[in-house]
Amino acid sequence: MSAIESQESPGMSAPTEQARTGSATPGGDGDDRRSAGGVLATAFRAIPGPLLGLVAVMVVLSFMSPYFLTQQNLTNILSQNSDIGIMAVGAALVILIGGIDLSVGSTLALSLMTSAWLYREHSVPFAWALVAALVVGLLVGLVNGVLSTYGKIQPFVATLATMSAAAGLALYITNGNPITGFPDWYLAITSNDFLGLPIQAWIMIAVFVVAAFWLNFRPSGRALYAVGGNAEVARLSGLNVTRMKIGVYMIAGALAAVAGMIVGSRLDSAQPTAGTADLLNVIAVVVIGGASLSGGSGSMLNTFIGLLIIGVLNNGMSLLNVSPNLQPVVIGAAIIVAVLTDRGARARISQH
Amino acid sequence: MSADTTATGLQCRQLVKSYSGVTVLKSVDFDVPAASVVGLIGENGAGKSTLSSLITGVNRPDSGSMTLDGQPYAPGSPSDALDAGVVLIHQEIRLLPGLTVAENIFLGQLPTRAGRLDRARMNAEARELLESLGVDLDPRRKVQGLSMAKQQEIEIAKALSKKPRYVIFDEPSASLGEAETAQVLERIRALRERGTGVVYISHRLDEVLEVSDEIVCLRDGSRVAAWQAGEVRREALVNAMVGREFTYEHVAPSPSRDDVVLEVRGLGRTGVFADIDLTVAAGEVLGIAGLVGAGRTEVVRAIAGADRADAGEVLVEGRRLKGNGPAEAIAHGVVMVPEDRKGQGLHLDRSSAENLALPWEKRLARHGVITRRRLRHLSMQQRERLDIRGDMSKPVRSLSGGNQQKVLIGKWLLKDPKVLIIDEPTRGVDVGAKMAIYEVIRSLAEQGMAVIVVSSELEEVLGLAHRVMVMAGGRQQGVLTREEATPERVIELAVPAGQAGSR
Repeated sequence: MSAIESQESPGMSAPTEQARTGSATPGGDGDDRRSAGGVLATAFRAIPGPLLGLVAVMVVLSFMSPYFLTQQNLTNILSQNSDIGIMAVGAALVILIGGIDLSVGSTLALSLMTSAWLYREHSVPFAWALVAALVVGLLVGLVNGVLSTYGKIQPFVATLATMSAAAGLALYITNGNPITGFPDWYLAITSNDFLGLPIQAWIMIAVFVVAAFWLNFRPSGRALYAVGGNAEVARLSGLNVTRMKIGVYMIAGALAAVAGMIVGSRLDSAQPTAGTADLLNVIAVVVIGGASLSGGSGSMLNTFIGLLIIGVLNNGMSLLNVSPNLQPVVIGAAIIVAVLTDRGARARISQH
Repeated sequence: MSADTTATGLQCRQLVKSYSGVTVLKSVDFDVPAASVVGLIGENGAGKSTLSSLITGVNRPDSGSMTLDGQPYAPGSPSDALDAGVVLIHQEIRLLPGLTVAENIFLGQLPTRAGRLDRARMNAEARELLESLGVDLDPRRKVQGLSMAKQQEIEIAKALSKKPRYVIFDEPSASLGEAETAQVLERIRALRERGTGVVYISHRLDEVLEVSDEIVCLRDGSRVAAWQAGEVRREALVNAMVGREFTYEHVAPSPSRDDVVLEVRGLGRTGVFADIDLTVAAGEVLGIAGLVGAGRTEVVRAIAGADRADAGEVLVEGRRLKGNGPAEAIAHGVVMVPEDRKGQGLHLDRSSAENLALPWEKRLARHGVITRRRLRHLSMQQRERLDIRGDMSKPVRSLSGGNQQKVLIGKWLLKDPKVLIIDEPTRGVDVGAKMAIYEVIRSLAEQGMAVIVVSSELEEVLGLAHRVMVMAGGRQQGVLTREEATPERVIELAVPAGQAGSR
């Protein structure tokens, strides 16, 4: 993933800077890039800031809990967060083009309920029911995209509306009742391992890798940075900005549907309120990964690291018996620390 | 507000101002006596706006001093200037459409009673103010839906509500018709009666002649001439605005006219421009001249597909463009270097290499993939071709203005286009890079490209173009050959001469 890493942009070296000033290198050395300290600092600079944050959190937790640094626990962190991670890929793409998608959680619920209902109530073969779930995700994304481009409604408002509508529809389908009883092969997604990792974790990793490849090497993916950086420059460069934006919202919707499949498999049950609480976690992952909500920045590697930070923090707090009511407070603090250090680094870089 | 003994006027001495190394105002003296109107004229970029920005505190001079009615005057902000009694009336109208006329007039100084807005007093005062200006307008109605002319009057009322002693009008008539303009001039005379000193900036020389007591001409940031009203003719003003040594070299003679690459017929955009006909042959440079607001940029944007045209057609090598936006124009080989480098041309935070490749990535991809090596290779080619100085893998922001402009030009030359449109090719560029860019444009034409150069710098258009199209008020006023296109002739066409030119 080294190519993905080097994609990234100014903001990532925040803790690097701190590491440099806080290190044993004599003061004033920072300006002289040829000295040993300078070389070290430059090398540090290449490491994304969120990664340093993740390492720091992991080191602390490994001392505080003997269970933290076990293979079983680390595997759990990956698989427990795979649905959030898949949605975060979509959210990162939307945020990259300068949009926001509040409807991901509701889309998850609606697509999950649709597939379960088709399977249980209408005897649709389950594979086709899953295809229907994808179609539902794509449709919600299409509505989001059309409203925010042709409809000229701010994405926040447009997706707020679809969030509400999708959440309502998910409840309406079964009048609020859950649906249970799925095929074994579907449950295997979250219960079986492949090469030592649960299948759901592999699915998430595959989504991240494909997205990262697309963003770095495919013209259409690379163009998302141009759209988010300055849509008018992109338009005048001959890119179909409207079509790209709609496409990205549709991808986000489809990924929410995929996340819904994982949630349904994990619970062996389709809950009409599943996923609705995930929205803030999803956006937090992207923001902790260093993306700016104004668009044009962000990478898949950093989003993945953001996911791990949130996952590790939640896991560590559970191991340490921190009250569940306090855990969101810590996540909130993590967001603020991430954004402040990121902005500090940007300011310092622009001074150089 | 009456003229008294302390009102000795606004005096500017040896004002100097430069922006990023370019001196735009060179030791200018400028006086505005109380109870008089001073007309300020000059070409685009002559320094008129800079001078007014110094007087009104928008910018600070690098050196020089000002006194206001005998007191030292050094405004640090527009509100400082306002406190001292100096106000600027902008060319653009900046009213809040959702508020009422009276609210707009008194915005920032709304009268209150017992902590609440005193609506009755506000409306009464607004009505009084509007009546004193002879404007028939209900102060309680919203600004939304009012004509530009009425809005301009509100702007004036707003400025006067602050009871200024000196008022600067920056092209107030740019968006007005004749009847409205006559009213504005009437207001100016009324202000003078009351002892106010007025600076009147305009491209419409007839108006300037009509209303001014004194006329000052700036050129290239220097004060080059001043006249008392009534003793000067229009021609003298034009000559003073232009009258500089033209140092451009001769370019290659016109190419054969048989292979027309670009043809534009009857192109129009409602309310912006109309009836544009032009052709550009292979190897030819067509210049488009005109004052700011003449519609030059709008015309080339429509040709390049950036804006939709409502009438007419654009043909490239005989094939008609459907008007489906920039992508279609680019596919037909029509590319445009926009005037706004930061807003429309480049992603300043992305690398030069990424900027260069942006429009062409689909064509550059191998097996659907763009690699960093491919980008580096391309950027090195363009770097050599255009002599770009700087690291192509660093954000464009880190380059100088001239090198940024070269990256922008290089972006559009990457896949040799048939028609290259350059809007303001050397804006914000130092002299060395300017010459290099001219050289690039000439050599592109020599290689057979059809080039359109839009520029506010007359010298630039005349130096580069085989033919010059002059625009005013959204209409083409004529196409001059290189031999016909003297500076005087171009200005004559570009400056609307009273009734003749403005309709």
